[in-house]
Amino acid sequence: MITKKDLEHIGWLSRLELSEEDREKYTPKLNSVLDYFGELDKADTGGVEPSYHVMPMSNVFREDVPIASLSQEEALSNAPKNQDGFIKAPRMM
Amino acid sequence: MASINELIERIHADSSEEIVTEYLEKIEKSKLNAFITVAKESALLRAKEIDSQGHDGPLAGIPIAIKDNISTKGIATTCASKILTGYIPPYDAHVIEKLKEAGAIIIGKANMDEFAMGSSTETSFYGPTLNPWDTTRVPGGSSGGSAAAVAGGEAPLSLGSDTGGSVRCPASFCGVVGLKPTYGVISRYGLISYANSLEQIGPFATSVRDVATLFDVISGHDPRDSTSVDRETNYSSALINDVKGLKIGVPEEYFAEGTDKNVEKSVRDAINTLEELGATSVEVKMPHTKYALSAYYVIAMSEASSNLARFDGMRYGLRTEDSDWHTTFSQVRAAGFGDEVKRRILLGTYALSAGYHDKYYLKALKIRTLIKQDFERAFRDADVLIAPTMPYPAFKLGEKIDDPISLYLADVDTVPINLAGVPSISLPCGFSGGLPIGMQVIGKHFDEAAILRTAFAFEENTDFHTRQPEGS
Repeated sequence: MITKKDLEHIGWLSRLELSEEDREKYTPKLNSVLDYFGELDKADTGGVEPSYHVMPMSNVFREDVPIASLSQEEALSNAPKNQDGFIKAPRMM
Repeated sequence: MASINELIERIHADSSEEIVTEYLEKIEKSKLNAFITVAKESALLRAKEIDSQGHDGPLAGIPIAIKDNISTKGIATTCASKILTGYIPPYDAHVIEKLKEAGAIIIGKANMDEFAMGSSTETSFYGPTLNPWDTTRVPGGSSGGSAAAVAGGEAPLSLGSDTGGSVRCPASFCGVVGLKPTYGVISRYGLISYANSLEQIGPFATSVRDVATLFDVISGHDPRDSTSVDRETNYSSALINDVKGLKIGVPEEYFAEGTDKNVEKSVRDAINTLEELGATSVEVKMPHTKYALSAYYVIAMSEASSNLARFDGMRYGLRTEDSDWHTTFSQVRAAGFGDEVKRRILLGTYALSAGYHDKYYLKALKIRTLIKQDFERAFRDADVLIAPTMPYPAFKLGEKIDDPISLYLADVDTVPINLAGVPSISLPCGFSGGLPIGMQVIGKHFDEAAILRTAFAFEENTDFHTRQPEGS
């Protein structure tokens, strides 16, 4: 069960600003989904390994040779704020 | 509705420009809202080039619609989200490179649920797409624009993506053919990720043959996607009108309570049709199916919470007024994402957070193993499995959108396939009250040949795929 207080913390972890109205609106809906997920507890998974992936895959390596990539201009072409060839970030504090 | 072969003949007789112009006019007049962006100028330019210079690719001069979560160089790619406002990819997805090599012409970017999160195309920031068979109903989702464009005659071919049914659901609701390939067969390079251990790009068309042709073009190894597999394939050669000796598995769990009677009847009739053509059927047990939906949503939301962390207003998309670092990101994301995307990010973050990781995420991954084993066991007794794609035909716009659980329940027959990573094709097998019904033919890993052959034989001996919505 998620409380409105919990949601404030989850919102922070998710970097999603939630207004009082949002928290009011989302809390019951999120709880109804979590209730449904309660089904999972009924499954017997003793001794079962988790599947992070469907295929038996191991690390994929390639030769360490440089290949063409985007130019600086292309890479910056979508950045809403950029300056002197850099992406401009908000201040840290 | 024209097939690839008919279009190629017409392009030779007339021109690609004429064909592209016809489709563009159709899109312009349409009320379906199947497209977010129409690439009119670049499509006409490319058509003229192909007309004047010639092209010997298998799709030379043929228009195609692309789901708006697949990157197209120089054409806006929005994921149907406000947060990607103004984003123009500086590169093409692997499938787009392949389509261009084959001579296909991108006619526009198809509408979808925001970030592919939904089963009705109602969560799009750009408004819902309407079902061409009944415009008061949803086209399915999340690739609703891609399916509606093909069903409505606004494009002969399209691409979607399928994370938990997002190609097969709209194929079923719109009465077209849609394929979710084995995980790894089509490169995901340039597909904007939602839940990357589950999703595959998939083709739509009005026939199994055209789906196979398009699939041949876009599949193949790509080192830029580390999960891409390297296999020699020729899917078109699998299209043989013969199912003698084919063993069909029928998972009764997929006909569970809540399945519409007409849907059940159409799918069982389809199995009978294949039996009359020489196939045999056997009941198979898939006892963990009932846990698939919860496991799927926990995994998809968890992966989404991580994948969507990249949308912070720095490198692309929406940017709000600057404050400090964390506040700016939180505000950009609050302003840019819609409700369903926010809910999934929040739940995914919760499911991965300290104290809940084992209860939700790890548990779901263990159930995923059990689901995979269900499929492995079923395929010991059967070459393919046949089941309804969706438990019911297309529902009304607005009917389910305010209740997440009732919307999620629509995916009950499609999500197990993604958890197991096996291929599945949805094709029309009947009608109910004027609305199309789809069945899915599910195969073993990398055995697309068996499901294409089964679907092709069914199509060759029935005429459901030839029916069209009025006005298309």
